[in-house]
Amino acid sequence: MTGLMHRSEVAVSVELQTPDMTLNIGPQHPSTHGVLRLVAKVDGERIEEVEPVIGYMHRGYEKLAEVRTYAQITALVNRIDWVAGFASEVPFIVAVERLTGIEAPPRAQWIRLILTEMARIASHLVFMSSYPLELGATTPLMWALRERERVLDLIESVTGGRFHPNFNRVGGVKPAAGGGSKTKKISMDLPAGFFAQTKTAMEKVLHVCDELDELVTGNEFIKARTVGIGVIPPDKAIEYGLSGPNLRASGVDFDLRKVEPILPYDEVDFDVVVTTSGDCYDRYVCRLEEIRQSARIVLQAIDKIPSGPLQAKVPRVLKVPEGQVYVRHENPKGEFGYYIVSEGGRMPYRLKIRSTSFSNLSILPWLLEGQLVPDLVAIMGSLDFVLGDVDR
Amino acid sequence: MAYDKSIRPPFAGLWKGMWATLKALFRRPPTVFYPEEKEIPVPRARGVISLDTEACTVCMLCARECPDWCIYIEGHKEEVPPSKPGGRPRTRAKLDRFDIDFALCMYCGICVEVCPFDALFWSPEYEYSEYSIADLLHPVERLTEWLDTVPEPPALESS
Amino acid sequence: MSFWATLGLQVVAVLAVMLGLALVTIYAELKISAHMQSRIGPYYAGGRWGWAQPLADGLKFLQKEDLVPRLADSTVYRLAPYVVIVAALAVWVVIPFGPSLVVRDLDLGAFYVLAVSSLSTLGVLMAGWASANKYSLIGGLRAAAQLIAYELPLLLAVLAVVVQAGTMSLSEIVAVQAEPWFVVAGVPISAPFIVKGQIIGFTIFMIAAIAELSRIPFDMPIAESELTMGYLTEYSGIRFTMFFLGEYASMVAMSAIAATLYLGGYALPGVPAATLNVVGPFVLLGKVALLVFLMIWFRWTWPRLREDQLQAMAWRWLIPLGLLNIVLAGIFKVVL
Repeated sequence: MTGLMHRSEVAVSVELQTPDMTLNIGPQHPSTHGVLRLVAKVDGERIEEVEPVIGYMHRGYEKLAEVRTYAQITALVNRIDWVAGFASEVPFIVAVERLTGIEAPPRAQWIRLILTEMARIASHLVFMSSYPLELGATTPLMWALRERERVLDLIESVTGGRFHPNFNRVGGVKPAAGGGSKTKKISMDLPAGFFAQTKTAMEKVLHVCDELDELVTGNEFIKARTVGIGVIPPDKAIEYGLSGPNLRASGVDFDLRKVEPILPYDEVDFDVVVTTSGDCYDRYVCRLEEIRQSARIVLQAIDKIPSGPLQAKVPRVLKVPEGQVYVRHENPKGEFGYYIVSEGGRMPYRLKIRSTSFSNLSILPWLLEGQLVPDLVAIMGSLDFVLGDVDR
Repeated sequence: MAYDKSIRPPFAGLWKGMWATLKALFRRPPTVFYPEEKEIPVPRARGVISLDTEACTVCMLCARECPDWCIYIEGHKEEVPPSKPGGRPRTRAKLDRFDIDFALCMYCGICVEVCPFDALFWSPEYEYSEYSIADLLHPVERLTEWLDTVPEPPALESS
Repeated sequence: MSFWATLGLQVVAVLAVMLGLALVTIYAELKISAHMQSRIGPYYAGGRWGWAQPLADGLKFLQKEDLVPRLADSTVYRLAPYVVIVAALAVWVVIPFGPSLVVRDLDLGAFYVLAVSSLSTLGVLMAGWASANKYSLIGGLRAAAQLIAYELPLLLAVLAVVVQAGTMSLSEIVAVQAEPWFVVAGVPISAPFIVKGQIIGFTIFMIAAIAELSRIPFDMPIAESELTMGYLTEYSGIRFTMFFLGEYASMVAMSAIAATLYLGGYALPGVPAATLNVVGPFVLLGKVALLVFLMIWFRWTWPRLREDQLQAMAWRWLIPLGLLNIVLAGIFKVVL
């Protein structure tokens, strides 16, 4: 009997421990919006640690810009955040305008405003379609994309491009179809029927918002998956440099359209959507409400748009004087800024892009710690990033 | 913007969603049956670039301004006999090669904009996909063919 | 007829019915989901309305390479689809299509159904484990966890029916529902169990059945956006087809069981009993179609829940409700 002890005498030194599993989520994964890779250490379904690995889609825009003229860069920058191409063109052009001291005529500014808000609607509709999809609801995808198509068609009817408008020019918007003697006469002003089509499209967009309210917003399962999940307190949101709806969902009233408008936003009436709890559900609601506000802005703008020239007088070969400037603007996803250093000449010396998704993504390791794998998908989707915008 | 966050029976939201999808079941889908029916692109759509060889002076501006260098131009100078007897013979640029590689092109339209002689136009035509990527390099002949598809510019919104 | 000939005939009949119904269900899902999403769905295959799309998909899958990952436990990996499809098939043995149209009327029919249908989870677990893929493993384990959540409510719901009917044979359960309940002006009126106080039981059964079939809102073992199809990730070709067909066959089978237990099976009030051997199958199929449509409708409307939410729902709501339902069924039985 010497070898045996009573159970109470055995010091339990070994707990039942299972080794952690490293789960590679991405770069090829349906919910990473492209090629984000998350190296997650999971204990069962509980995430202990997550490390985002980015750069699979690095296209080197900042370096490319150093050997491109300003006109060529305009064609490039709308590819950074491709779901809202127009919105990422505007701050760049405004930055160049600030450096050169050229100001765009009012009509051009209003066209920029209308198209930026349309891009915002398009981008948020993509979120409205992809976010429920990540939670498993497939139907909102088609409904939201159906109406986004109308908005993209409108952008195309003005600019000629659905995703990549390339419509902004230094000192205004593209004034004519070409540079030659004949094409110069073909004005690129708003085509006939644009206002009427915009009105119908905005009605349809508002209608699909109501439909999404019915199908998604009130859905108890959606709430069960999102309410109280991935809560970002306001101080953390500011610390990690979040912006856009992600920040406003946490209760921080910060919208660059109100704070630092670079387009005539002070002449239209709209509300900044701020919600308080900072969870996934609020981020969803915030974006849905912003679609309505953007539609409101567009409808006001088509009534207020003044007539006039599309472009200020600009020298044929644009030489930008020496200097540096940082211009930021409210992208659908948040603060989007360009820092241009010019040493004079046709090309910038350095272009730093402050892309929104990259900053919004930086909170991911903190936010995902201790969450479940299904919640990882819900949280990641609610941050609404585009990988082109992250990797640039 | 008062959003009810409560999750409790009788799950009104779930049934509302069911009603929404049921309504959608009997709605007409907006599908366009592509090969049979075609959506007509807007006149400004940047579909394919067409070339008017008559107007081209081989100035190479387009090739130089292209952000991804997908335009290939070669040309040579030609002596043109004097139009009147006794006049001076002139030199004229003659186009040997004008290729646009649509596999590389990013459809920005800078070439059309910088062309000072109205030689390049956008056409909204989009049906030119190929099985081989090399076939996307359109030579002069194909670029000229596209010229017939260039539409009239749209009327403008009166402001 | 000799024993073997009868058996062979029965097997062929079950196979044909199962595969046929599975294909029809797949087509229905394709079309209904498409129209709910403002799409057209299959259109060209087969010439009209794309009716041949499921067949075309099946043929395509048959041509594909049957891949087995290098690190997979190849025996288990190869076996798993058969387990799933056999489980889906075997349920059909006891489902009565008419008073005498039943392959084998077991005395313990209800028990048999529950036992066999939960076999498919074993196949899923095998697939998840043997694939040597982390997503598959999580998917397989989720399926096993899900089994714990729904199997008990399913059992309790069926138990209440058994209490009310006083038998476990599915044919007799249908017969009990076809019996006259009360007589109004000389016309005997029969009613299925869902009318006779089993509405709670039916709800629990449907929720648990959807969980067993791993369809949205309980498709956590597949969870495309999280686990990239879970246990199905590594499967291709004919083995994937088997999983796929098995899934839809069990969907029809579960609907048939629900129709038999709660909606009166092949019996329909007002249809004379003598014609039931002819009309019965169509009545049952109509009821099955209704339930299948309900499942499709759920799937294309709702999002996915989380595994722990399913567990909470099962243990905090469904099981107490199921127990209450048994008590109610007992009272109903004694009083009436």
